[in-house]
Amino acid sequence: MPVGLVFRDCDTVSPPLLPTAADFAMRPLLERQKYLIDYTLAALFRRKTRNLGLLLVYTLLVFLFASVLLLSQGLRREAALLLQDAPEVVVQKLIAGRHDPLPAAWLDTLRRIRGVGSARGRLWGYYYDPAVKANYTLMAAPERGLAADEIIVGAALARIRQIGVGDYLSLRATDGRPLPMKIIGILDSASELLGADLLLLSETGFRQLFQLPPAVYTDAVLTVRNPREASTVANKIALALPASRPILRAEILRTYDAVFHWREGMTFVALGSLLLAFLILAWDKAAGLSAEEKREIGILKAIGWETGDILRMKLWEGTLLSLTAFLAGYLLAWWQVFYGGARLFAPVLKGWAVLYPDFRLTPAVDLQQVLVLLAVTVLPYIVATLIPGWRAAISDPDAAMRG
Amino acid sequence: MLITPAIVALQLIALSVAGTVLLAASFAWKILRHWNIHSGSELQLRLERRTYLISTLLGFALGAELLSLLLFAQTAESLSGQFVGAMCATGVLNVNPFGFPTLLLKIALFFLAALWLLLNRVDNRGYDYPLVRVKYGLLLALAPLALLEGAVQTRFFLGLEPEVITSCCGSLFSATGQGVAAELAGLPARPALALFYAMAGLLLVMGLAFRRWPRLGPLFAAANLLAFAVAIAGIVAFLSLYVYENPNHHCPFCLLKAGYDYVGYALYLPLFAATAAGMGAGLIAPFRRIVSLQAAIPDEMRRLTGLALVGFVMFYGLATWLILRSHLILLG
Repeated sequence: MPVGLVFRDCDTVSPPLLPTAADFAMRPLLERQKYLIDYTLAALFRRKTRNLGLLLVYTLLVFLFASVLLLSQGLRREAALLLQDAPEVVVQKLIAGRHDPLPAAWLDTLRRIRGVGSARGRLWGYYYDPAVKANYTLMAAPERGLAADEIIVGAALARIRQIGVGDYLSLRATDGRPLPMKIIGILDSASELLGADLLLLSETGFRQLFQLPPAVYTDAVLTVRNPREASTVANKIALALPASRPILRAEILRTYDAVFHWREGMTFVALGSLLLAFLILAWDKAAGLSAEEKREIGILKAIGWETGDILRMKLWEGTLLSLTAFLAGYLLAWWQVFYGGARLFAPVLKGWAVLYPDFRLTPAVDLQQVLVLLAVTVLPYIVATLIPGWRAAISDPDAAMRG
Repeated sequence: MLITPAIVALQLIALSVAGTVLLAASFAWKILRHWNIHSGSELQLRLERRTYLISTLLGFALGAELLSLLLFAQTAESLSGQFVGAMCATGVLNVNPFGFPTLLLKIALFFLAALWLLLNRVDNRGYDYPLVRVKYGLLLALAPLALLEGAVQTRFFLGLEPEVITSCCGSLFSATGQGVAAELAGLPARPALALFYAMAGLLLVMGLAFRRWPRLGPLFAAANLLAFAVAIAGIVAFLSLYVYENPNHHCPFCLLKAGYDYVGYALYLPLFAATAAGMGAGLIAPFRRIVSLQAAIPDEMRRLTGLALVGFVMFYGLATWLILRSHLILLG
């Protein structure tokens, strides 16, 4: 019988507590790993409080990083989906580098450019409402057939002003006159991301409110017959109308993407100090073996465990801890972002406004995200515990047992 | 420079791989200088204990490099929206001259770390560690490569300037810029296809010959490396076209996307594993006469050759199935 018998319980029916070298040699590879995991788990449970602290901090770390990633990825996807329906090209007029109303005559010039499908002038702007200290986005919607004093408002706006269909909303025109507008509809909350602070009105109403001359628009939107030609069309516009600034949908998408990436990256870098603190903790935990643990390793070696086996056990210990922390942290972050309102990082990642749309992100798992998370949480943990683990494994059995 | 979580993560991996490999190399240097298996001195004992640390460090480097390889391809893919003309990962890697070298260095480092671990495994089965000098020599060669990978990758990321809307002009800038080369040029399909299957035949013949005459080991290792290169060239030249059913899309990375059922993973994983196993089998063959390894090496060689064979059969089988099921008619 193996030497391990010495350390067995009095109850002789139970299997040997410590598998021995003789056991290992006879069993195939998988069986051996199974025993190692078994032993490691038992050892982890024996030191519950000690490992629980590390596990909690580890879980918190994964949770924080995962929250940032899940939230910003959700926002990016949402923005990309919305922008799919945005016009291919927007043309603005610039004067002294600033945005200026666009003369209606420009629309004809734009329509004559080869490749342009249609060109339409848009009227939109912002309106500051001192009552709620918020900006509304006002937009003329000719396709809705509104009368001069009729408006349709967004859900968040209706909520904050506590108004509904049939009520009147008084707007102050540029010349100081109050302009009562009748609400004939509220935009449904499905489109809240777009329409939270939106106020739709007729072209006449818009011009009345802002005292705008009849032959100007805020900007123009174009459709391009072949979307791959969009940049060529933009080039032609810039040549034909040197004071114009054409903006492509692809550029808006790219800019959004870059902004979200940048915010995400910055938050990650800011969380870096936390990672460093965690590394120090992990290193310290792995390096500071208790007398009991040292004795245990000494006994294991005395009964025939090799240095490699102890190392493997330490590796399993790290893997089991990491796996638990990773799963728990990721699931918590998932719940927080998609069902808990993402309160934690929302102000940093999505920006803020008084009339911020209330929306839910669509849950999704992405392989890249999981790889990034593994690389910033599990990988550093393994690095921090490699050397302490090895130090524990090479200790001499007699020295270890003597303490 | 772009800062995204994926880039932060990749840099973190590169840093830790370079760190661990350098640490391992500094120990390796000491071992190369002072190793004496017949001595019972304290120094020798210390060195023997360090060998455990080195193999653990290298194991870590191998795992990290695999993670880095996967993440690098994914990141290049996800950044493609930010560069004019870049439709997928190929375009992003072409943004500056450091993209593809980074990828190649990652692949090289992965194979070298895998070979080192194989060598180490064989060495540990001999009671007198007969391959100490060979393996620690190889380790010293690995260290500069890891540093180079970190440096080239940093240059690549530093050179990424996203093209976003600036306040002065909107699209002028994207309209005048030519954009990056979004495509890889592939070999003509017919000769590439012939070469692809000829290589499979050659590999089989070489494998059988190697079983019979183990002295052909280095040749077999070279054949595996060549087969890997031919397989990648085949993927670029025609296999990707068959999968995308598009005669112009040569990208080897889009295969990893969900839209193509992640078929890339099923292709690349057996290919990488088979190449590493095949090269390993060929490279350990010359040591079969060492007394303490006479039992271990033939055993390992048999297993590794079998593994390589299974991997390549899986790869070629899947590739052939992809070609047959495709609706694209490339060779009319």
